[in-house]
Amino acid sequence: MKTWDDLKYSTISVYRNNEIAEGAYLLSFKRNFNFVAGQVVALGVTPTIAPRLYSIASGENDEFIEILYSEKLDGSLTPMLSLLKPGDNLMVSEPFGTFTQTSKSDVYIAAGTGIAPFMSRIRSAKAENPTVIHGASYPEFFYYNKEFENFGRNYIRCCSRCSDDQLFQGRVTDYVKQWSNLDPNKKYYLCGSAEMVVETRDALIAKGVPFANINAEIYF
Amino acid sequence: MSKPALFGLTLNELIALAKEEKLPGFTAKQISEWLYKKEITSIDEMTNLSLKVRQQLSEKYCFGLSQPAKVSESTDGTKKYLFTTSNLKFVEAAYIPDNDRATLCVSSQVGCKMGCLFCMTGKQGFQGHLSAGEIINQLRSIPEWKNITNIVYMGMGEPFDNLDNVLKSLEILTSEWGMAMSPRRITVSTIGVIPAMKEFLERSNCHLAVSLHTPFDEERRMLMPIQNVYPIEEVVKEIRKFDFSGQRRVSFEYIMFNGINDTPRHVKEMSRLLNGLQCRVNLIRFHAIPDTPLKGSPDDVILEFRNALTAKGVFTTLRSSRGQDIQAACGLLSTKENMKRE
Repeated sequence: MKTWDDLKYSTISVYRNNEIAEGAYLLSFKRNFNFVAGQVVALGVTPTIAPRLYSIASGENDEFIEILYSEKLDGSLTPMLSLLKPGDNLMVSEPFGTFTQTSKSDVYIAAGTGIAPFMSRIRSAKAENPTVIHGASYPEFFYYNKEFENFGRNYIRCCSRCSDDQLFQGRVTDYVKQWSNLDPNKKYYLCGSAEMVVETRDALIAKGVPFANINAEIYF
Repeated sequence: MSKPALFGLTLNELIALAKEEKLPGFTAKQISEWLYKKEITSIDEMTNLSLKVRQQLSEKYCFGLSQPAKVSESTDGTKKYLFTTSNLKFVEAAYIPDNDRATLCVSSQVGCKMGCLFCMTGKQGFQGHLSAGEIINQLRSIPEWKNITNIVYMGMGEPFDNLDNVLKSLEILTSEWGMAMSPRRITVSTIGVIPAMKEFLERSNCHLAVSLHTPFDEERRMLMPIQNVYPIEEVVKEIRKFDFSGQRRVSFEYIMFNGINDTPRHVKEMSRLLNGLQCRVNLIRFHAIPDTPLKGSPDDVILEFRNALTAKGVFTTLRSSRGQDIQAACGLLSTKENMKRE
């Protein structure tokens, strides 16, 4: 995404912008548009800085739109986003994107803030009995973990740099590689960095999942 | 830390540099001549600059060329050059001679973020953008550079994810003060990052190529995750807003996958999608990569597909496979070398 030219957007007042873990923020603003769970918006603070795309984490009927982002210190936008206070202006595009498919018993595999589009589906009551596999480097980065408390065995946290009996030790790709009762007929949705998505997709294909059952959204 | 490079700076940047260094205004033009038109490799060789100016520049800057670390040559004359990047990874450039044409395929990023199912570069993940200098260095530092007739940005990376550096490199390649190539000899290929594609079409006169690979939304989503953000229908809709009736060309790249995208249903949908658009479709044989569930279509199916598209009025060509004995599939060689290094 390069410029705000031709992009339909509105300037909205920030409601909340809280650091929920080191370098990770939850930004919210009043919803003034309809969207489909899984869609993205472009955000910005000034027309001179290129907008960036973020998945919406809130439910389709929620009063506020919630965006989960992590600050990239060498980035052009997130250091500025992290400084926003309630009442500050935020440029927000119309929602778009088609990472919105759902079916029964889907498997959601996310790394870091890649959990956001799946949260949106769950909060929109569009996910029927899903399994959520979330990867993070440390426990504090398992965002929204309280909302998964009743998921039981269908919520798997993969921690690459910690050890805890409650957590799988390793990355999501490690989990997939050792996953013995993986069902190749389910739909697998992936969201994260290119590296995570490509490795996880390869691991799923190696486990017999047809590539037609794998759908991915990549940060770029 | 290494000194910043002069090679890769635009004329405006060189003018700003000259001003900062308190050099006469015309020095910028002199430097650009040395950088982009002559066969020198060091600041010392810029002999129409005074010794004092050369010393002054050498204290702060390097020339900025980087020789290929490795070259592999195919029996068909294709050569694959490996260059080491500033972050000590490898990128590839392919030299493809063909009668009176000599095409150079250059990379724009180290690795790629786009994660296409059929691409080896995607398996490296994303490891950085190439600077404008690193992009043009792939041309300037090979022995055949003066014979190159065409350049295609179809190597590693998504050019429109690195638009600023790609546009800068195009400016240097096509400006009179730079390498003075015709923009009609340069094609930039994208998977369809719409905002950057629009900016490219507005700011450059070079040809555009779009990786299409299937006209069906659901299928393309599985092959190319970008479809979830920028669907091909939207990409084509944007392209229709620009004029391709003159010399500027838009083409659609179509890798043929056996049983996936090579059926009469695809021909019909392709002709609907591209109906009325002045364009061409380039069919490409699939160069298999490790651990892929995809297989290339047989030759008879490819020819039938080409004939069927042509019959529907879509100008269709079949690209010949080159350099198969030197791991021609983009990203194969550099991945191997990166793994060796790790």
